[in-house]
Amino acid sequence: VSESQYPPGDFRAPLPVVQPGYGFRSMTDKLVGVVLTPTTPTAWFIVLGFAFMLLTGLLVALSYLLLRGVGIWGNNVPVGWAFDIINFVWWIGIGHAGTLISAILLLFKQDWRTSINRFAEAMTLFAVLCAALFPLVHTGRPWLAIYWLFPYPNTMALWPNFRSPLIWDVFAVSTYGTVSLLFWSVGLIPDLATFRDKTVNPFLKKLFGFLALGWRGSARHWARYEKAYLLLAGLSTPLVLSVHTVVSFDFAVSVIPGWHATIFPPYFVAGAIYAGFAMVLTLAIPIRVMFKVQDFITLRHIETMALVTLVTGMIVVYGYLCEAFFGWYSANEYERFMLKNRVYYGPYAWTYWLLLICNFLVPQILWSKRLRRNIPVVFIVCMFVNVGMWLERFVIIVTSLHRDFVPSSWDMYYPTVWDFMTLAGTIGLFTTLMFLFVRVLPMIAIFEMKTLLQESKVKQPEGGGH
Amino acid sequence: MAHATRNAPPFYGLMAEFESAQALLDAAKKVGDAGYTKTDAYSPFPIHGLHEALGFKERLVAPVVLMGGITGALAGYGLCYWTSVIEWPMNIGGRPYHSWVSFIPPTFEVTILFSAFAAVFGMLALNGLPQPYHPVFNVERFSHATQDAFFLAIEAEDPKFDATATRQFLTSLNAKAVVQVEN
Repeated sequence: VSESQYPPGDFRAPLPVVQPGYGFRSMTDKLVGVVLTPTTPTAWFIVLGFAFMLLTGLLVALSYLLLRGVGIWGNNVPVGWAFDIINFVWWIGIGHAGTLISAILLLFKQDWRTSINRFAEAMTLFAVLCAALFPLVHTGRPWLAIYWLFPYPNTMALWPNFRSPLIWDVFAVSTYGTVSLLFWSVGLIPDLATFRDKTVNPFLKKLFGFLALGWRGSARHWARYEKAYLLLAGLSTPLVLSVHTVVSFDFAVSVIPGWHATIFPPYFVAGAIYAGFAMVLTLAIPIRVMFKVQDFITLRHIETMALVTLVTGMIVVYGYLCEAFFGWYSANEYERFMLKNRVYYGPYAWTYWLLLICNFLVPQILWSKRLRRNIPVVFIVCMFVNVGMWLERFVIIVTSLHRDFVPSSWDMYYPTVWDFMTLAGTIGLFTTLMFLFVRVLPMIAIFEMKTLLQESKVKQPEGGGH
Repeated sequence: MAHATRNAPPFYGLMAEFESAQALLDAAKKVGDAGYTKTDAYSPFPIHGLHEALGFKERLVAPVVLMGGITGALAGYGLCYWTSVIEWPMNIGGRPYHSWVSFIPPTFEVTILFSAFAAVFGMLALNGLPQPYHPVFNVERFSHATQDAFFLAIEAEDPKFDATATRQFLTSLNAKAVVQVEN
């Protein structure tokens, strides 16, 4: 698919995006066959069962939360924000890779994105869902909090304060969730039409027919469709950059030592993409084997995503250096104290060093071409990154809050079992939705994959003026 | 050949199937050049240049998205301005009622939101979707249009349409098969 300056077989030559040998028919049959089949891999049931168990834990944790209030969490007076915002930032960051793959790489004409874009977009959607849960439930009684989250005419005649980054966050995240859903649904329409035409089950035919909106592959429809899709990609690109920028404003606009830094927006965006690519790899590596789609999600994808992870990881490490430099260069005693407290004499210094192991040391393995083509190694590195990016938010939030300006207000923060149950529960929710998605909807964009085949390339006829 | 059917035609038109994307594109070009206007091509994936070959020049999606974006920008800023300056001005930290810098992030998000809605629903509306019924679905082989087959249809309502001559013309374009599409 991709032209290369190296001859095939040369170790520098890129690996194929699609295994050779597929035609339109065999590709359609193979990709539709992943969903329209009565056989489900046993491993799918095992993972889904485990994920569903965690999801049940989430329901228990949330029910108890609504019953008793946020006092069941470990949040206390200096550390008013803890697991709720750590998990929120972690999840929303994970979502960013999906939009990067589906929108930004589309604009850069990276053809390898095609195999993973649907899958990554679904990941975005479910990650944003998990993220949105936290700001909602951390209000304790969400149904009483709607008036300060959303602008609607209420009996108190009150409106949200638009000068606060927290309301910007509500706008950014809800827009991001909505636009991701639109982008994902639009991409699904032609594939649902393929499902409609492929299935023999009359009920499924009706269902997919309903969802496909009567799509018939008309040239006029394709022309408008492609234009709309390209514009959506163009709109999603600044949007995704704005979302984590606004999330970082939640911190950077405040005056807390360790938060009040101008490096935050780019550093958060890089961290989001870093965490997101690690999560795409974490999911894609087992799922491609489980559903036997290694011909479409190839070693090329694993290697390229590992490279993106490495590069964005290095940007994140640059962010850590900047944070440290800013703290020192500010010559502000609170900033300098925060730095020393975070790095060596604070009670949470171990989390900072664990963070550096996960986010800085371990990903260096990916410099080796041999090792980033080794799937188990990549998977293990991604697990470290997943943990590391969670720890990064823990370090930023808890170490800055637990010892602020006045020593008399210092305190320790310890999460409770309910905090951990909620975190694990959202992992369960995310995995459940992801696994249900890959079983019932096309996880690889079928029509887009066809445009990668040589047969789909056309030469413009003579005498055409356009 | 050039006698237009004045009364309602008894069928939708003729549909030809082609071997490949290239064959469909070449045929579409000839059909467009021959002066047929009520035509459409069907393929499992977008083919570059196909709609132009058929003489389809509409470019409405981008203006619709632009209108959506402008509406969004005005709505977003208007919401911030109206609630913070007119409806219930509040002194928060001594900042001006019209804190325009702070109003930019919500305005930006609403602009993107409205543009995205305009892109998706504008595209669907221009395409006439959702459309539960269309005569082309009556063709048995048409279920392959979303899989691996390429079709070109000329409607009976086309002023140049003639059941015999159009069928011959389509066959002469290296079509695999030409079938009549029932209404």
